[in-house]
Amino acid sequence: MKPAGSTIPILVVLLAALVLWYLGAIALNWRGQLDADQLRGVTGQTWTDTLGATLGQDKPLLPAPHQLVAELWKTIAQQAVTSKKSLVYHGWITLSATLLGFAFGTALGIGLAVLIVHNDATNRSLMPWIIASQTVPILAIAPMIIVVLNAVGISGLVPKALISTYLSFFPVVVGMVKGFRSPESIQLDLMHTYNASKLQSFIKLRWPIALPYLFASMKVGVAASLVGAIVGELPAGGGNGLGARLLAGSYYGQTIQIWSALAVAALLAGGLVVIVGLVERAVVREMGARPA
Amino acid sequence: MSGYERILAGLTALCAVLAIALPLGVRGDTIIASWTETPALVFPVLVLVLLGLFVLKLPPLASGVLALAGGAIVILELGSFDRGSWGYWFLLATVWLLAWLFAERLSTRLARAPVRNRLAGTLIPVMFGAAILLVWEAVTRGGGVPNVILPAPSNVWNVLTGSVPTLAVDFVQTFKAVLAGYALGCGVGFAVAIAIDRSPFLKRGLLPLGNFVSALPLIGIAPIMVMWFGYDWPSKAAVVVIMTFFPMLVNTIAGLTASGAMERDMMRTYASGYWQTLFKLRLPAAAPFIFNALKINSTLALIGAIVAEFFGTPIVGMGFRISTEIGKLNVQMVWAEIAVAALAGSVFYWVVALIERAVTFWHPSVRGGRA
Repeated sequence: MKPAGSTIPILVVLLAALVLWYLGAIALNWRGQLDADQLRGVTGQTWTDTLGATLGQDKPLLPAPHQLVAELWKTIAQQAVTSKKSLVYHGWITLSATLLGFAFGTALGIGLAVLIVHNDATNRSLMPWIIASQTVPILAIAPMIIVVLNAVGISGLVPKALISTYLSFFPVVVGMVKGFRSPESIQLDLMHTYNASKLQSFIKLRWPIALPYLFASMKVGVAASLVGAIVGELPAGGGNGLGARLLAGSYYGQTIQIWSALAVAALLAGGLVVIVGLVERAVVREMGARPA
Repeated sequence: MSGYERILAGLTALCAVLAIALPLGVRGDTIIASWTETPALVFPVLVLVLLGLFVLKLPPLASGVLALAGGAIVILELGSFDRGSWGYWFLLATVWLLAWLFAERLSTRLARAPVRNRLAGTLIPVMFGAAILLVWEAVTRGGGVPNVILPAPSNVWNVLTGSVPTLAVDFVQTFKAVLAGYALGCGVGFAVAIAIDRSPFLKRGLLPLGNFVSALPLIGIAPIMVMWFGYDWPSKAAVVVIMTFFPMLVNTIAGLTASGAMERDMMRTYASGYWQTLFKLRLPAAAPFIFNALKINSTLALIGAIVAEFFGTPIVGMGFRISTEIGKLNVQMVWAEIAVAALAGSVFYWVVALIERAVTFWHPSVRGGRA
């Protein structure tokens, strides 16, 4: 958690960002507004009229924050959640792919980390490739994976979730290998003197000691997972999900729609990270550790 | 030989026997077995494997050589039938297990060795990579997997070498955006971090927000940047700038606080000013953090540039090529682009890692010999 002293600085920075946003919206939309007025033959505009108009355009280069909030209100609160116009509906589709992929990725990551820690040959063969796997811009082939899996009849959640899996397993492997290796040799020796089996020392020593690493990696992993799900939705233009909304918005120049999809994505990312943090706090307290 | 290795060796032997006994594949109406081929390569090699496993107890090098020979035969055999059969899959399994035995024995030996042997250490991952490629090739061609679903590596290689000019043009187009965006994003992130370093107030406000923004799916900004900066590479560079800015900002801020109070006190006793302390103590201490950001950003930059091209480009660029070739279901070309991107990404990362080793030679993780 953030120390208490940082609330005011954060608010100040946020306020500054908001002011900058308004200034940016005015600066970016000003030219377009003048052109549009000229086109429609509107004359005699004072600069205050133009100023007001820049903040209320239909397809602005940069929508002002209040336009964004209005759009969010319209698409979240004033639509039935099952409607295709509702961002809750699209957000849920993206969220479910994210969560499925994140669950796969975390399980895969933990499994690989267990193998790597317990077998030196696996460690030596896999570890360099796991690291290399992240220099492959897999997001770039996300559309291909979707199209190809669609061609063989697999569609819906699973292909998107696979991309999320690929992105989210990496932080978990790296974090958990570090975590499983973090018991000191004196602690491992103690387990030896108790005649503990490998399984017992795993459950009673390595696993609990690795948990903080797990949660730290999961926070990174869940964010990566969301990115994977959104990019996975790009090829399904006109389809469902936040990624599809982004693409549709960019086709039709609906900037407000793009920004509102982005805002929902940001809310989801923030919410997911916060939830992982809350689970972490609960688990750590349950295990009897001192709250940090 | 541990019990675990004995099980592995036993499995290898079982697979080898089955590979000898079962038909390798079918060509037309004829069934091809391990002994009917001329020259019959499979049979003697498998017998050699069996002999080696039980009489010679196979030292690591010998099992490695046998695995390589077996791999070559797996590829050669592909030409002798239309479709693989059980014997062939057991042959593949034998080779896989042999490579596994090799890795197992070599790593046990390396763990016992008094001095680090880096060359032998790299053999194991290389062998693993080769084994993956082998299985990929054997399964796609021997199993008759349609090209659209997964092309064989040899197939991709042919396309790759056959369309070098196209790939080169695409690469140049995309990499312009990557390099420009990377340099600008990292540079500005670094500069902003230095600028707000003197204000603890701003630091406390920006650090949590920067961390939060780093977790956002910033890649979604791509369509907006294309709208603002046009179809050519500057819009992709803009996406890269935004994606690389925040990791750099957050890591540099964190790195600047990494030097200890004692060290800073010492700088004060030398009467050194803010800038002297910054350049001689705090920036070097922050170097591992900064390089961490540089490494993260090297992958982010490539991803950002390629994905941004999905939202509109001139008719050139890696992302453009990928999205149009998918439309034509010309999957080999897509894989060729991926191979180029993977290579470029790895080289980019590797260059940053090399510079890191040279700059932070004093850091424990480098002195330990690991990048």
